[in-house]
Amino acid sequence: MNHDKILVILPHPDDEAFGLSGTLAKYIEQGAQVTYACLTLGERGRNMGIPPFANRVTLPAVRQKELEASCRAIGIQDLRMLGFHDKTIEFEDPKVLDQTLLDLIHEIQPTLIFTFYPGYSVHPDHDATGAAVVRIVERLAASERPIVQCLAFSKDTKKDLGNPDVSVDIKEFLQNKLQSIRAHRSQFQAAELMGKEEMAEAELLQRFGTEKFYTYSWS
Amino acid sequence: MQVIHKEEVQHRIDSWQDQDLYVHLEMTMGAYAAHFDSNKQPAANFLTNAVVRYSHGTIAGDGPFYRVGLKMDHGWIYTEGLTEWDETDADQLILAGHDAQGKLVVSLQLSREPF
Repeated sequence: MNHDKILVILPHPDDEAFGLSGTLAKYIEQGAQVTYACLTLGERGRNMGIPPFANRVTLPAVRQKELEASCRAIGIQDLRMLGFHDKTIEFEDPKVLDQTLLDLIHEIQPTLIFTFYPGYSVHPDHDATGAAVVRIVERLAASERPIVQCLAFSKDTKKDLGNPDVSVDIKEFLQNKLQSIRAHRSQFQAAELMGKEEMAEAELLQRFGTEKFYTYSWS
Repeated sequence: MQVIHKEEVQHRIDSWQDQDLYVHLEMTMGAYAAHFDSNKQPAANFLTNAVVRYSHGTIAGDGPFYRVGLKMDHGWIYTEGLTEWDETDADQLILAGHDAQGKLVVSLQLSREPF
């Protein structure tokens, strides 16, 4: 399906990298305008680089630069850093959060929104961000509702939601994806994410060649 | 950040005795603790920019893990597991403990200005 205006709403710099950087690069090549609203700067991230080149005080600025580099790697035209604080999305005044996101939806008029699936995205900020998006879009008239496609990766996901209904082949955009991941150099040196050795091309394609989403249903 | 230099940290602690300072105190298992290992639980706390004043402060331990205790009029600030510090800003003392993967586990920061 063709989408001219896409809005991505995620809480942390790097949330875009593994889950949907290839999909976004693909849409952008097809002519889409992508706005990425990143709620926080990941100020409370635990990774500081190996050896640590950031600290608690410098991390927000470091991660902002990484986020900007990741967006360049993907081709994202419009990055909005919304200024909320890492770990606090579920505690933010819903009126403030909802109005901020609603204003953005009215401004951008997207036909497609990407976010996290509430309740199936492990990190409380992920779940709270997805819940806010669903809450807001639900209030729009059914005819004005953009499609909402969600990332989900908690252990219960397949049991409860079944298989993702959207599967995007991003093999041709693997370099964008790897560059997006590598842009977050303070965050993605951890062994559990990248493996201890460089992955072979075939393994990369197998692991990263497809991105999957659940279309949120209001029925 | 650099591996803690005990004498220099002690010197900084001493020089800020009996002054109002902003403190950042944090400990975290990481939000993914239970996702990666069901035997673990995600636990964390942080407190940022409370104003504190200590009458006596000490860094202890022989490395690689150091402890800091700051005695206040009505209580204590205590941190264990500190491994690195940042000495670039003379108005801030940034101490943190990172695990074998470089992830922050614990931090204690003092500053003359809010963080």
